[in-house]
Amino acid sequence: MPRKNINISDKIETLSILDEHGKLDEDLEPDIPEDELIKLLRGMLLGRKFDERMLNLQRQGRIGTFAPISGQEAAQIGAIALLRSSDWMVPAFRETAAEIWRGRSLESVIIYNSGYCEGAQIPENLNNLPISVPVGSQILHAVGLGWAMKYRKVDDVVMTIFGDGATSEGDFHEALNFAGVFQTPVIFVCQNNQWAISIPVHKQTRSKTLVQKALAYGLPGIQVDGNDVLAVYVAAQEAVARARAGGGPTLIECVTYRMTMHTTADDPTRYRSDEEVEMWRKRDPIERFQKYLLSRGTLSRDKLEGLEAEILTQIQTAIDQAEAEMTSLGDPVDMFDHSYEQMPAYLMEQKKAFLAELDESREEADNG
Amino acid sequence: MAKLTMVQALNLALQQEMRNDDNVIVLGEDVGLDGGVFRVTEGLIQEFGEERVVDTPLAESGIVGMSIGMSLYGLKPVCEIQFSGFTYQNFHQIENHAARFRWRTQGRYTVPMVLRSPYGGGVRALEHHSESREAYWAHMPGIKMVIPSGPRNARALLVSAIRDPDPVIFFESKALYRAFREEVPEKEETLPLGKSQVVREGKDLTLIAYGAMMRPTLEAATELQEKLGVEAEVIDLLTVSPLDDTLFVKSVLKTGRAVVIHEAPRSFGAGAEIVSRLMEKSFYYLEAPIERVTGYDVVIPLYSREKEYLPNAHRITRAAKKVLAA
Repeated sequence: MPRKNINISDKIETLSILDEHGKLDEDLEPDIPEDELIKLLRGMLLGRKFDERMLNLQRQGRIGTFAPISGQEAAQIGAIALLRSSDWMVPAFRETAAEIWRGRSLESVIIYNSGYCEGAQIPENLNNLPISVPVGSQILHAVGLGWAMKYRKVDDVVMTIFGDGATSEGDFHEALNFAGVFQTPVIFVCQNNQWAISIPVHKQTRSKTLVQKALAYGLPGIQVDGNDVLAVYVAAQEAVARARAGGGPTLIECVTYRMTMHTTADDPTRYRSDEEVEMWRKRDPIERFQKYLLSRGTLSRDKLEGLEAEILTQIQTAIDQAEAEMTSLGDPVDMFDHSYEQMPAYLMEQKKAFLAELDESREEADNG
Repeated sequence: MAKLTMVQALNLALQQEMRNDDNVIVLGEDVGLDGGVFRVTEGLIQEFGEERVVDTPLAESGIVGMSIGMSLYGLKPVCEIQFSGFTYQNFHQIENHAARFRWRTQGRYTVPMVLRSPYGGGVRALEHHSESREAYWAHMPGIKMVIPSGPRNARALLVSAIRDPDPVIFFESKALYRAFREEVPEKEETLPLGKSQVVREGKDLTLIAYGAMMRPTLEAATELQEKLGVEAEVIDLLTVSPLDDTLFVKSVLKTGRAVVIHEAPRSFGAGAEIVSRLMEKSFYYLEAPIERVTGYDVVIPLYSREKEYLPNAHRITRAAKKVLAA
């Protein structure tokens, strides 16, 4: 009986087109129309500026806990840009930039992070799922959506996004396995931002890469420089085209970095060094993309300043509008809504009792 | 009308609903060619093909998570988890997502799936194959927990569960699968979820049970009638949650005495909630403390001892006598 190597023919590539110094690999440069390039930049800038403003709002006590996305703009926008509106997006909870790209309003993000479930409402015309907090659990929903699309014989696709920590969860593995078996049109986008709160990726897995996990499930996978929006775009373009054509799922690992905290409740200085953060700051996805656009004449300094000013106005308008909207929200009795299509009798009883208690408390307060 | 076992009746419900609505998809482990380990899905793959009767990889969270995704797209998945002792591996998908999508999105997305799973003891099975953990699911806002007690109501309830706009956990008693046959009409029949039934009328005492416990409970009621001339009223919950307290409260207002029966462990079981409702709504009509006849607060023993663990007619009769004597 021989003992020999099994030849697994699949291979894993890593892709970088625009490096951290803004140097372009011209052979790999994708042909993206100029207006699309500007749109990508705008999506990334909006993601960054909104993130900065949300952090301020949180520090001022105007919103609650928030999971910032800074550093991951290219990994999100470069991928999500390939979807059309009939496709579906299944996010985790650190995908604000991608969600906004897909039509989620800034107001709804502010309202949600102010503790109102109304902020998770999804307009009828958007095929987005709401954020999903339990790590990795949403990945399976993408597989089910993809299964249903295949069953209904439409050529739409699903893109689901999750982090490096999620790749340790059983649901990630079950999802990749199911997607492989059923060949569902799903693009799995892993935002490998190096940290799952305080756990670095090398403590998350012994694997050299996260993308190689695709091999175990018979899926194509590609690793990209997640701070290079062109590389992310190209990888997503291939994966989306394959899924749309009936070629099944793909795993994309975007190697990126969470520039700030896990959430506003976290202090990253406890577990990682300033040197590391500085090193990644030099690899900033927005700066390098701007450099590229400026050098090829797609963007001018004036245009960039105009864009930034316009974004800041957009954010301020959203904050004003959200704060105005929230003055009419918050009736506590609304908590009883939407448990079931029809409210069960016992819940109606609880709601009635709750209202009576509210009245009583108000009367007591009035009577001093 | 054909006389069917519960397995056949459930099979009929699935077959008819799949014919009625091409959104209905059956999926799970061994549900295809094998027809399910208890044969509930037998013949479906031959009629509806692999496209709608889906043998999945062996992963409970995967099955349920995928069913949630299918539901979000508008399909009506009916997934089978081979034994309810394995549903803990999909617990978080139900608690975190199936139960909450309606609430989380204020009605934009709903999860009209059914999770079918065999539960309960009495068939000399292996560990993890005999438990009765309906309380876990009944405790979750947003979930409906249904347990039929015979072929006819199993068929009607499964049809209703499939059509229900909310996620339903549907437990099927293994002990009842082939225990007896009932007339089940070929013509469509449904039963509303969240409604209990009076299955035997009486004026002296109220017995409240569901699922596999209906048989020993009815046996006890007959014995009480024959030996003591006691007329016990028997309520079958059919749906554990949302709990319908109207009939058992009404009954106890009349009888003043009650015994609650379930095979699940006693503490924090459905019986605790039923007794609380009776305290809230019938306290001044009670003639005696309410008794519970339940499994014990232990892991259900392996089969050489399971008979002693499970409530039987004798234990129910004894509790009834105690309540009647007070």
